[in-house]
Amino acid sequence: MKLRIVVTLKNGVLDPQGKAIEHALGSLGFDGVNDVRAGKIFELDVADDTSDEAIDEMCRKLLANTVIENYRIERQ
Amino acid sequence: MKSAVIVFPGSNCDRDIAVALEKVTGTKPAMVWHGETALPDGTGLIALPGGFSYGDYLRCGAIAARSPIIPAVVDAAGRGMPVIGICNGFQVLTEIGLLPGALMRNAALNFVCRDVPMTVENSQSLFTSRYSAGESITIPVAHHDGNYFAETSVLDRLEGEGRVAFRYSGNINGSARNIAGILNEQGNVLGMMPHPERRIEAAHGGEDGHRLFEGLLEMAG
Repeated sequence: MKLRIVVTLKNGVLDPQGKAIEHALGSLGFDGVNDVRAGKIFELDVADDTSDEAIDEMCRKLLANTVIENYRIERQ
Repeated sequence: MKSAVIVFPGSNCDRDIAVALEKVTGTKPAMVWHGETALPDGTGLIALPGGFSYGDYLRCGAIAARSPIIPAVVDAAGRGMPVIGICNGFQVLTEIGLLPGALMRNAALNFVCRDVPMTVENSQSLFTSRYSAGESITIPVAHHDGNYFAETSVLDRLEGEGRVAFRYSGNINGSARNIAGILNEQGNVLGMMPHPERRIEAAHGGEDGHRLFEGLLEMAG
């Protein structure tokens, strides 16, 4: 089973990398970029019988730091 | 006092902290590889060193925080053993959950490597008894991810409980309220981004870090 885990910063957490990317887009002449937030994507190939609980635990225990990040699990 | 320095792949301040601990305590610390599952008998102090454990992969300190030795560190901390995490060690402590908040990329995205003035906010702790509250000291920093973040309620609680140990005199990395180092609720776990072990003798350009280890020895020894 293929999974895609999308990890993003929580609202309210400042994202200096996103800001730098936003400025770079502006300097390339792309107008109207109001905000950029950088995140991470993990593509996992797991056994078909992997439980939802186990997948959620992978996210909470390692892939995301829930102090600053949210995660979303997408099944391919 | 017998101390243990936990060594991860990519630690690079493990020898510096070992030298500082030996100099102050008179005893060579045990260097404990992260793959161990127990601390040496008689360990009275644990140090998590600076560096770039696992190349900062995933998040700084994230993989180190899931090492086999960590349950023993958490257990010891729970029993009141002093634990100090410096730089990457501070990042590991937040990733373990022994300290609240997180260390994020510096606000200006630059690696900050210089001596910085900071204030000792709490001189009553296990680690800071040899300083005076409000005293200004200078300790070097060297980090890319030292931008301390925690929710406002957590910051208020840290401040209210006297758990901000050190505060930068200016904004060097974007840290919330210029926080440089914090204590856990029981006061036996300290995480700090500055490197006191790099300021323990005149040849280092100053000795402001020496008193941290002296105080620790006196209080915990």
